[in-house]
Order: sequence, then C-alpha cells, then structure tokens
Amino acid sequence: MFAAVLSLGFIGMIAAVALGLAAKKFAVEVDPRELAALEVLPGVNCGACGFPGCAGYAKALVAGAVDLNLCPPGGADVVAKLARILGVEASVAAREIAVVVCQGDNRRAQVRYRYLGLEDCTAAQRIAGGPKTCPGGCLGLGSCQRSCPFDAIEITVDGLAVISREKCTGCRKCVAVCPRNVIRMTPYDATVHVLCNSNDKGAVVRKYCQVGCIGCHICQKTVPGAYKIDNSLATVVYEHSADADEAIAKCPTKCIRDFTTGYPDGSRLMPAVPEKPHAA
Amino acid sequence: MNKVSQQLYLSSSPHIHSGETTAKVMRAVLYSLVPACAVAVYFFGLSALLVLLLATFGCMATEAVCQRLMGQPVTIADGSAAITGVLLALNLPPTSPWWLTLLGAVIAIVIGKQVYGGLGSNPFNPALVARVVLLISFPVQMTTWSAPAPLGSGLDLVTTATPLGTWKNAVMLTGQAPVEMQGGMTQYFLGNMPGCIGEVSALALLLGAAYLLYRRILTWHIPAAFVGSVVLFSGLFWLINPAKYPSPIFHLLTGGLVLGAFYMATDMVTTPVSPRGMLLFGAGCGLLTVLIRLFGGYPEGVSFAILLMNASTPLIDRYLRPRTFGVQAGKG
Amino acid sequence: MCAAHNRLTEMKMKTFAGGIHPPDNKQWSAHKAIEDCPMPAELIVPLAQHIGAPSVPCVAVGQQVFKGQEIGSAKGFVSVPVHAPTSGEIVAVENRPHPWGTSLPAVVIRPDAEDRWSPELQPAEPGELSPEQIVEKVRQAGVVGMGGAAFPAHVKMSPPPEKQINTLIFNGVECEPYLTADHRMMLEEPERILQGVALLQYVLGVERVVIGIEANKPDAIALMTEMCAGTPVEVISLEVKYPQGAEKQLIAAVAGLEVPSGGLPMDIGVAVHNVSTAAAVTDAVVYGRPLIERVCTVTGPAIREPKNLRIRIGTLLSHLIDACGGLVEEPGKIILGGPMMGFAQLGFDVPAIRGTSGLLLLRHEDVALQPEGPCIRCARCVQACPINLLPTTIAAYARRDLSSEAAEYCAMDCIECGSCSYVCPAAIPLVQAVRYGKAAILAKKRKA
Repeated sequence: MFAAVLSLGFIGMIAAVALGLAAKKFAVEVDPRELAALEVLPGVNCGACGFPGCAGYAKALVAGAVDLNLCPPGGADVVAKLARILGVEASVAAREIAVVVCQGDNRRAQVRYRYLGLEDCTAAQRIAGGPKTCPGGCLGLGSCQRSCPFDAIEITVDGLAVISREKCTGCRKCVAVCPRNVIRMTPYDATVHVLCNSNDKGAVVRKYCQVGCIGCHICQKTVPGAYKIDNSLATVVYEHSADADEAIAKCPTKCIRDFTTGYPDGSRLMPAVPEKPHAA
Repeated sequence: MNKVSQQLYLSSSPHIHSGETTAKVMRAVLYSLVPACAVAVYFFGLSALLVLLLATFGCMATEAVCQRLMGQPVTIADGSAAITGVLLALNLPPTSPWWLTLLGAVIAIVIGKQVYGGLGSNPFNPALVARVVLLISFPVQMTTWSAPAPLGSGLDLVTTATPLGTWKNAVMLTGQAPVEMQGGMTQYFLGNMPGCIGEVSALALLLGAAYLLYRRILTWHIPAAFVGSVVLFSGLFWLINPAKYPSPIFHLLTGGLVLGAFYMATDMVTTPVSPRGMLLFGAGCGLLTVLIRLFGGYPEGVSFAILLMNASTPLIDRYLRPRTFGVQAGKG
Repeated sequence: MCAAHNRLTEMKMKTFAGGIHPPDNKQWSAHKAIEDCPMPAELIVPLAQHIGAPSVPCVAVGQQVFKGQEIGSAKGFVSVPVHAPTSGEIVAVENRPHPWGTSLPAVVIRPDAEDRWSPELQPAEPGELSPEQIVEKVRQAGVVGMGGAAFPAHVKMSPPPEKQINTLIFNGVECEPYLTADHRMMLEEPERILQGVALLQYVLGVERVVIGIEANKPDAIALMTEMCAGTPVEVISLEVKYPQGAEKQLIAAVAGLEVPSGGLPMDIGVAVHNVSTAAAVTDAVVYGRPLIERVCTVTGPAIREPKNLRIRIGTLLSHLIDACGGLVEEPGKIILGGPMMGFAQLGFDVPAIRGTSGLLLLRHEDVALQPEGPCIRCARCVQACPINLLPTTIAAYARRDLSSEAAEYCAMDCIECGSCSYVCPAAIPLVQAVRYGKAAILAKKRKA
C-alpha cells in the first residue's frame, strides 16, 4: 500500500514538473490586451465587424488602427471598455437596429401563386419572382429568422417577419440574407417607420396590398421635413423625425407605424416602453 | 394578374413524383416481418406474442410522448417507431418479462432515436441500442433461452441453451466443439431451435427479405457483403481447425445472422448511402461478427458488430463516395 | 450456346447508369399527326429565348415586316438574331411577361393575313457551300437547340480547331414524359431531319454519325433505320429510361464515353444535336428560312384535346389551349417543357419560344402535395442519380449554406434532371436545394 502511494506520488510529481517546464518552454506570447479585449467582446462570433469571429476582432484591435465601433452587438458599453483597454479615446456610433419595412402578411397582401418547395425566401424568390404580387414585400418564409444569431426575429402566423427592437443588435445578417431588400437599418431612437417597400404607383399598390404606401404625399404635407417621397414610396427622414408620429392618423392606408405603440398586427412581441422625448 | 394564377401551384422542377412515401416504405417493411413474427409465435407461443405487442406499442407510445413533450408534431403514423418495436421484439428472448420489454422500448426510442433529433438523425440502430443496453444490464433475463414449443404440441417453454451458446461453452471448457452440434441444419433453417424471437426461422426471414428486394426497399449490397464476409472468415477458421470451429453454414443459420444481415444491418438511417460504402459496411459487420463469436466473450456477435459499423458509417460515407460521372477515379 | 449469347448481347440495349422509369404518358399524343396551329391575333416575340446574350431590337413601332425578317440582332458570338414569325405590323417593343418568370423585352407583331416570306431570303445549293458558309447561314437563321436548352447551334458547329469532332450524335430520345414532338417529326418529316444530319456531318467532317432513339418509339426507329439504310448514318435503339435524352447520358450510352466534369462534349470529340434542330438547319441552309416555328406538344389531363401543334414562335399559351379544345378544368399547374425539367408558369399570357417543346396542363389532383419529411437515408436518390452524386448530402449542405462542402460533393456537376426529387419518399425538394447550393457556390466564386 505504501509502495502504491509512493509510486503514484512520484509519477505525479514528474508529470507536474514536466507540465510546468512545457508551459514555460512552449508558451505563446499573447498581448494581454488582446485577451482582455476578447473577454469584453460579446462572444457571439456573428461576423458583423468583418473579422473572423470575436477573436479575430480582438487581434485586429490590438494590431493596428481599427475602428472600435465595429461591434454592434456589443454596443456603447463594449466600446467604452475597449477604449479603456486600448488606452484610446472612442466615440460611440449611434445604435442602429433592423426593421422589416412591410406589413403585408398573407391576409393583407395578395398571394400570387401557391408556392411548393423549400421554406426559404431566396429559393422562393427564384420561382417566378416569389409568391407575392408585391415585388418588394416580405415573403415570410423565415430566412431572416434563421440567420439571426440573437433570436430577434419572429415570423407571424400570417407570414410576416417582425424584428424585436430590444433583441436586435444591428449585426446586419438579416439584411444580407433577405432577397427582397425589405429590411432596413434604422436608428434605434427612431420609432416611427413607413412600413412599405414597393415603388409601384398607388393605383397598382392598392390592387395587391391593403396596407401599402400609395405615394399620396399626405404624410409629407402633415409633417414637412419628416417624410420624403421617392418613386411613389414614402420614407421617414430619421434626422428630423421627432414629430413624425403626427402623420400616422392621416395616412389613408395606415402604413406608418410607431413601434412604441405596438408591433405590426399578428406579432406577439410587446411594444417598446415609450422613452422620454429627446431634443429635436 | 390572372385570377387563375392564385390557385396555381408553382414549384421548382420536377413537377411529378413517384408517389413513394416514407410511410409506404415503413409499411412494406412491417409486412415483410409478418412471416417471421408468425413463425415465432408458432414456435414460442403467447409469451412471444406478448413481447411483440408490448415492444411495438411501447415504442409507438414512447415516441408520441417524446414528441409531445418536445413540442413537435406526433409522427407515429409513419410506422418507423412500430418497426423499431417489432425489430426490438425479434431481438429479445421469448420469455422476456413485460418490464424488460417496455424498458427496451423506451430505451430504443428515447436514447436510440429521439435524443438525436428523431427520424433520420440517429447514428445507431435504435433496436440494437436497446438490445445491447438490456443485455449488459440484465444478462440473466437476456440470456434465458427456451426450446421451441410449437403451438398445439402441448409442450411448455423449457429453458435451454442456443446452439451458439452451446458451442461457446464447449470450446471454453474443452477447446473442442460439442459433439451434438452437427446435424439439425434443416431444423435451424425452419426455425426449430432456441434463440431470440426473431433469430430462429431463417426461412421466414428470407421470405420477407425477398419481398423487400422485389419492392426495391432493400438492395443486395449489405446482406450479400455481410453473408459473404461471414462465410469467408468463418470458412477460413473452419478449414484451419474443423474440430474446433463451426462450419459457415452453422454460422449462417444460428444466432441472429439472417435477422442481422437482412433487417438490422440494412436499417437505412444508420448505414452508408453509396453502393461501395454499403459493401464495406456489410463486410465489416461480417468480419466483426465472426471474430466476436469465435474469440469474444459473448456467444453472439451480430448486435455488437452492427453497432460498431454504425459508428463508422459517417467515415465510410465521407471516403467511399461513388465516382462522379466525368471525374476520373483518383482525381477530383 | 454461343449463338444464343451473341443474340443476347445484341438485344441488350445501350444505356447509362442510374436513372428512373416514370410513366411515359405519351399515349395522349404519340399517334396524333402534327397539326398547324391557327394564326393568333398577336405574336409576342421575346428577344431573349436562348442561352447567351439577348438580341437587340432592330425594328420600330409601326414598321411593317415580312415573315422571316430580322427583328432583333444577335449580340456577340454566343447569341442569335430573332425573326418575325409572320408578316405584319410591329405594334410594340416593350417588356412583356416571359416564360422564365419575369417580364423581358419583346417585339409584338400584329399579323396581316398575307403571311409573306421576306424576299431577301434565298434558297441555296448545299453542295456549293463551304462549311463556314453553312455555319453562317445557320447563325443568321437563329437556329438554337430545339430540345429545350436553346443553345445557339452555330456555336456548337464551330468548335475551336484543337477540338476535333469524330462522333456526331442526333438526339431523337425525347425522354421527358408526355412530350411527343420529336417523335412526330421523325415520323412525318424524316427527310428534313436527315438532310440536316448530312449538312452537319459535312460541316463537322465526322465519320461516325448516330441517331439515338428510345425504344418506346419503334415506328420511328423502323422508319429512320429504313431511310438511313445504305448511308453511313447509324440508328441506335436505346433503353427506355429517364434521362436518356440528357446530353451526357446520351453520349455515355451511344459512345461509351463520359464528358469530363466541367467540360463539354467537344472535349471528347463528340457533338450532339436534337433531331428537330437538324430539321431547322435544313430550313436555314437549303431554303434560307429562319427559325420561326416549331412543333409543340400540348398535353396533360387538363386539356381537352392533346395535340402536336406546329406553332409560330411568340404564340401565347392561351391561344395554344384554345387550339386544343380548351381546358377540361382549372389547371393545378401549367408547365412549359416536360414535367421533369420544365418551368411552372404563372398563367397563360406568356408566349411560346424557340425552346418550348411542350405545354403540359396538370389538374389540381395531379399536383403532388406531400409535405416534406426528414431524410431517412434510403439512398434512392443515390441510385437514381445519372451523375453518381449523393443528392441528399449535397442538398443538406446547401440548405445549411455550407457551399464549400456542397462544392466538394460535386454539386456543380448536377444536371438538374429531377430524378432524385422524383424518387424521394420524404418529398424533399432535392433539385431545388442543389440549385440553391449551386447559386451560392457561383456567388462565392464571383466575390473572390
């Protein structure tokens, strides 16, 4: 018994010494700032920064002149921490989130044909231009939902993609995947959006969607400066959108929505808590 | 826009389909197992019937419960759980207690299938997973065999050893095959021998397999490679020492070989998809079976052999791909 | 014993590995002689009907044109001109719905009742023409592959000097179910086809010329064999299997050679043309007439009178349906081409183009609506694939956006024949998934 204890103890000591020597001899020099940066980054590896994962961004940050603002999921918090670690000043870019600018689910927008096949928006788009008559409308097959690393996208029962304001980190993966370009990046502070993506003339839009923008200019007339109309489609001018919500009631097709009052119909997301009014 | 188009279906080509469904395939496999089940009930009576029913419905119920709990649609109508149940029953001794059978059903479905993601995602044959777990956990109940007591003969099930068990004992004790092993091959073929419910009648199993081959649900590659490999390797040993090692015919007709080669090793989900891969898979199963039977601790090697080869299926699929048309062998 | 064995090997028909046997459904129209489709009130001729650059319009609204007059010029070498299918007035040059799913530029013609050929078109004596002159006539006539792919024929007839063609194969297989246009052409206009065969043989300077016909057309085989007796043209009967008519599979069956991956038939000294293309070559060279009409099989359970119609390019599908007695009921699917590789359509207001070999009307009950299930690795797709691919593996990688892995499993070699999707018991849209993967692979290549 004694022999067993001694022999095992001896083997253990040899192993410990060997490991210690190896740790010293084969140690890799890593800049401690890189490790600290990696600690601070979200660790989601979404690739929004353009580098291969959070480790890649940490390496690049330490290596050279790389913008500290490239990590949308990290947000202002992470930018501040990185600035401290790297010993530089950093200004925080405004937070941006993704919005699906469409409310035309299967009940409100015309379905052009009955699609059979892969439940993927890009695949469906290739079959005669997609099952929706509206050329810009959301197809609701879920490609964006599957691409989101943060589970921020919901597909309603009637086939409309809706993005949660709180969960979205602005990584832009959904924007890249959407074949209809119906997802836009918008400032987080802006809560009023025109939810339409069709440049067709009003009379045409009316035929295939109950809630599409018909380019009537009423929003622009109600709150000049907050809306611009291009090619029969209104969009909010986000820099001047403080009073944009005044036009919501006037819009004849109800395609403008303030997300603090609620998400598009059919969504089960809760509306964002109204924030205190900010300076215009 | 045409009114008619809103009712039209559009899809990528092709626009016609053979009409084959997963459920039809599974049903055909169930039909093919009817002869083997019938023969088993004939030879082993009501206890065998009980095992069959408990295993089949146990598997279906377990799958339904699992899918409900996981919030998935319940798909027991596709027949795959039923097949797992029947195959599990065929791999159990006829006198298995009800709790053993039910436990096996739950293990097969939960650990063998659902944990991996359900139909199509499991790496191991679920019925064999259950069988092996039971064998290791309850060795006594799982190795209690009965001599056949055909219905109507008035006999009761009497505990006895299987031919393979007899051989192994004799060899371990005396180094020689037992004397009374020779002969009786016809009876083995028909099913008049002790063993698992499904092991016994090679004839009934082959009938079912012939039906599956005709329906093109089974292809010849795995069974042929399995059987061929068993014949080859067992034949080698038999030629070296006929007094000790049994003949290839003995190997083919005893134990779960016919059941294994035609029903267990051919489980589509856990076997390679390419023809060459299937041949290698079958050959590997055969070799391992012979080695375990002759030199391993267990008298029967088919279950372990198949599970080991299941583990190598992804590797086989990766490296033994068919040669793409237009690509020269060894390049591309 | 020896004699019997020889007979057996002779009887065993040539074929390729893999493939499927869908019901051929040719009985609806195989016995119906080609019928001329009445002239419609309007012809909409798209400028993009072929592989390669779309043609450029060269007429103006209000202009009067003759039948066969060029209305769109070829753009570049891999392109062909487009011609007026009849004499009449140009009423529009604008975007119109196109069979490929979007709206594309087209020339709209209102026929006059004259149907007059352009006086500029001249017949010629083929014996007096050089191969280059013949190729130029074929190009000017806008001849494209009539089997459906619509590849410019003159490009196929002009291999680079280092690629010597030694085998010329004519595709009389028509393996797609329901379609019988080529079958009727072989029965009713074999002279036109064979003259084109001879012209192509002369241009390419080949020794071996073969016409491959599937064994489900015994009358065509007998007739063509009889007419080729005494000529060097060989008529070979091929086992009935889909996709025997696919170029690579046809070459494998007839010549026993495999077109290299990523390569063309000319890389192994072979050229393949559809039999109807050969007839169009005859028209172009001997009669100086451009490709303005073709035979199209209008068929399917939803059409009242299935027919093989001779149609002018640009005829709307609605007119074709009227010419066949109208619909029996509202269609469930409208397919241009065959059921295995054809394109599903949004409606009847698209025109037939040069590659439109068939219009198939399926009823709602004929549309397969099986919901997709998990892959059970049954390997039927592997058995069916004529290119020996693993469709289930490629599709799985493609759907997970793992395009490098999909490429590793040779996704780009897929000919999209549809055999895998046809046999899949789980109703997985394999071809669609592989196509998706191929697009991702190409997009990645373009970015790099």
